[in-house]
Amino acid sequence: MNSELFIIPFNLGLYFILIYSVVRSTVWFRDLSRSDKLRLQRGFFGRPFMQSIREIFMESLLHRKIFRKNPVLGYMHMSLAFGWFLLIVFGTIEADFFGERHLNPPSHAIFFRWFNPGHGDTGFASVYNFWMDLLLAFILSGLLLAMIKRFIPGMMGMKKTTRHTWVDRLALISLWLIFPARLFAESFTCGANGSGSFLTGNLGATLASFLPAAQIAPWFWWLYSLALGTFFFLLPVSRYFHIPVELFLIFMRNSGITTGDRSSSYTEVQTHACSSCGVCISVCQMSYAAGIHNIQSAYFIKGLRNDRDISAITANCLMCGRCEEVCPVGIELGPMRLIERRQGERQDSIPGFLERYSLTRKRSTIERLPTQSYSYLEREDPARADVLFFAGCMTHLTPSVIAAMKKIMESAGVRYRFMDEKGGVCCGRPLMLAGRDREARELINHNSDIIWKSGAKILVTSCPICYKVFRESYYLEAQVMHHSEFMKNLIEEGSLRLGYLHRKVVYHDPCELGRGSGIYEDPRSVISYVAELQQATQEKNMSLCCGGSLGNLTLASGKRALIAADAAKILTQSSPDELITACPLCKKTFVQATDTKVSDIAELVAAALPEPARKARSRIRRMTARTLADG
Amino acid sequence: MKEALKHIVVAGGGVAGMEAAGALAEMGFRVTLVEKNNDPGGHLGRWHALFPDRRPADEVRHYLRKRIEHRNINVITGTTVEKIRHHGHEVAVDLSGGTEERADAVIMATGFDLFDARRKEEYGYGIYDNVITSAELEDLFNNGRIVKADGKEPARVGFIHCVGSRDEKVNNNHCSKVCCVTAVKQAIEVRKMIPSCEVFCFYMDMRMYGPYYEELYRESQEVHNVNFIRGKVSEASVNINNRLVIKVEDTLAGRPLKMELDLMVLMVGMEMSAPGAKCAAASGLPAGINRFLETADHHFGNNLSSMKGVFYAGTCTAPMNITDTISHARAAVEETVRYLNRR
Repeated sequence: MNSELFIIPFNLGLYFILIYSVVRSTVWFRDLSRSDKLRLQRGFFGRPFMQSIREIFMESLLHRKIFRKNPVLGYMHMSLAFGWFLLIVFGTIEADFFGERHLNPPSHAIFFRWFNPGHGDTGFASVYNFWMDLLLAFILSGLLLAMIKRFIPGMMGMKKTTRHTWVDRLALISLWLIFPARLFAESFTCGANGSGSFLTGNLGATLASFLPAAQIAPWFWWLYSLALGTFFFLLPVSRYFHIPVELFLIFMRNSGITTGDRSSSYTEVQTHACSSCGVCISVCQMSYAAGIHNIQSAYFIKGLRNDRDISAITANCLMCGRCEEVCPVGIELGPMRLIERRQGERQDSIPGFLERYSLTRKRSTIERLPTQSYSYLEREDPARADVLFFAGCMTHLTPSVIAAMKKIMESAGVRYRFMDEKGGVCCGRPLMLAGRDREARELINHNSDIIWKSGAKILVTSCPICYKVFRESYYLEAQVMHHSEFMKNLIEEGSLRLGYLHRKVVYHDPCELGRGSGIYEDPRSVISYVAELQQATQEKNMSLCCGGSLGNLTLASGKRALIAADAAKILTQSSPDELITACPLCKKTFVQATDTKVSDIAELVAAALPEPARKARSRIRRMTARTLADG
Repeated sequence: MKEALKHIVVAGGGVAGMEAAGALAEMGFRVTLVEKNNDPGGHLGRWHALFPDRRPADEVRHYLRKRIEHRNINVITGTTVEKIRHHGHEVAVDLSGGTEERADAVIMATGFDLFDARRKEEYGYGIYDNVITSAELEDLFNNGRIVKADGKEPARVGFIHCVGSRDEKVNNNHCSKVCCVTAVKQAIEVRKMIPSCEVFCFYMDMRMYGPYYEELYRESQEVHNVNFIRGKVSEASVNINNRLVIKVEDTLAGRPLKMELDLMVLMVGMEMSAPGAKCAAASGLPAGINRFLETADHHFGNNLSSMKGVFYAGTCTAPMNITDTISHARAAVEETVRYLNRR
């Protein structure tokens, strides 16, 4: 009985994919940096392992994140993944328990009904049969939804779905065939033998009533096995490779491996873990507000995977980070794009089939030559100060923010030095976003030197772009504070006496401050001291980009205006008196896009200062001294 | 009995609207001139003297006021045209306040708005005391004294060209045409009123396109010692003496420059007027990428709209000076009359 020929395609496919997975993981592991190897080893024998198992269960099988986004889409993924998983588990148990012997080869479990056609008439076996039919029905319901989604993506809350290559299509067809083939194979066998439960039994009996079931059954078993085998063979070269790779990714991530700033096995794993689901396309403002549909993260990753010249795609992104927030796989899309931006010129190389799917293939790195040097910058010897205020280039373009900050700090009696009052050097972040890290480093060194020499304990900046780079890429003794954090401290320690403005305001989270640096609550609590804060429909980690982003140097101003107008419209839905932001660039962008008054959070606070500003210096000096001691 | 006069609604009582209304009335049509302000006259009402010959703006104002003193013209002030639509053979014009006018044709002469300089916050308009717009400088000319916020005369005045024009960042790619020569005219006037005052113009290009403009530009340098620096001001701040400090790159010398000013004049450009844009959108009249009204043809249909019986006159189609506006309004009248006779 075991020598049935139809199991060959399945067996070949299964052993191929198992061997391939082992080799591939080994190659990826080998290419990891030393420290990442250690992390993974420690993770494997420690708590991260259990975390990963839990995450695999919740995300790869149950698809909790997708469920939260859209229940129908979640159900579709869950029924296919979790249903298939249960079918394999219970199928194996079934084969072991009811089969002729224990420890069967996998094919015995998969084709159990063929080998045991009359099984499951009575008692426990019939209950078990019912359960297996139920699982199959569960999977088939998901499959039905998948087919509907392919043709009507809008039904699952998706605005766009990704375009597929022909390999993807072939893999998709084989995947779609697996379960209907199993249903008919089992039904015909059951029909011929008068066995089966509610699904296979009834369908089988019906089919057998007018068809020669026993003769037809083997054809469907062949189809079932072929579909499985084809799917396994196509797995490494199609988008469905993301299914096994995601498991690997989860282990790596939970072991503490991060993307870093150059390509590695981890970026390769992330590249292959992308399922091209297209969730990133739906949230992309470039897509729905500006009508640019070919640069989204799914296409970016696809270009990486196929080793294309994607410099135009890579550059044309606001770097707002919304896609990263919703990515169900948790790929670090921002850092991935930055790595690619650091690349030099590359040709569009279309590798041969073998080369393309070679196990050791990696996206080549091309060293970008430095284009300029800032060696002409003269070293400065700054006066010493406890608090340094760095306005940054963008705040210099919004003088009202500088005026407000001066007024606030004067009113609170803060003794500060205005680091770039007469013009300073850029913080370096715009260069980093453009992939010019080496040039940025020169500016960072220049500014660091000034900050260290000043002996400052607190460095305040009113620009989130500067804030992010000061926190992440500078090595400083001074505590870096965004002006919203600084104002919150001043208010809480009692240094700022503020009136209440009877205004309804809405707050816009700047990308670099919110998603970029995780500061959501401080600006909100500052605003709540002085005005009535309304909620926006899209805020905090899903807040919109204003469109003015420095992260994109190729986007035309007309397209930016479209994004800004859309974002401003959504933010001002509740018709607030004022739109408050905490970034000079967002302010400048929104002023062009809405009739609602746009202000920086510092301007709002300054407006709440009593006139004339009180100067209870001695008391306040004590307070500031305390803050500095705490800091 | 005499046949009832054909009726034309002119939307906007600025230079173009007044000229068109006057010309039509003269030809025996009944005209309703709708003006949003309490007095017709448009932006010209604020101007002290006109380029290139610095003739008093009053002379042109007087001509236009006479032009609309005609029994066939009914002027409705404090009202805007909200929407234009077809109603049988006639055109129905919805006015603010809910009233409706029936007409045989409509001339859109809704004009322009001056760019709101607050949108270029880096120049500090509305933030620093001594930053004013070119229109506000005309107010000072009318008052007869150029003074700073503290009431003293400035020792150095800077004119910033292209504020809100040719600037991608404010989504205005168009040139407003008249600001260059206006700056030259105003610079001369400042030099004449305060001979000790230094005057600097910061420009991208000097576009002296009209008759006698180039001569005026030459005169400003040779006779009045106005300084021209090619370069756009990047930002302005205030120093401890409350003097403005501007940063600019002198692109001819190829080096950055910092300069202190007592008074900074922003040469604000032209944008499609907001009520005009609103009316056009409601009526289905298309706007171009610069947001001015799109005419049927650049060369031989420059007064024609996409709607039957609706014609365009003046700066609602593009920035233009007073000379061109008056010619354009007369051409609109000709198109209108031709349309009415053919009907």
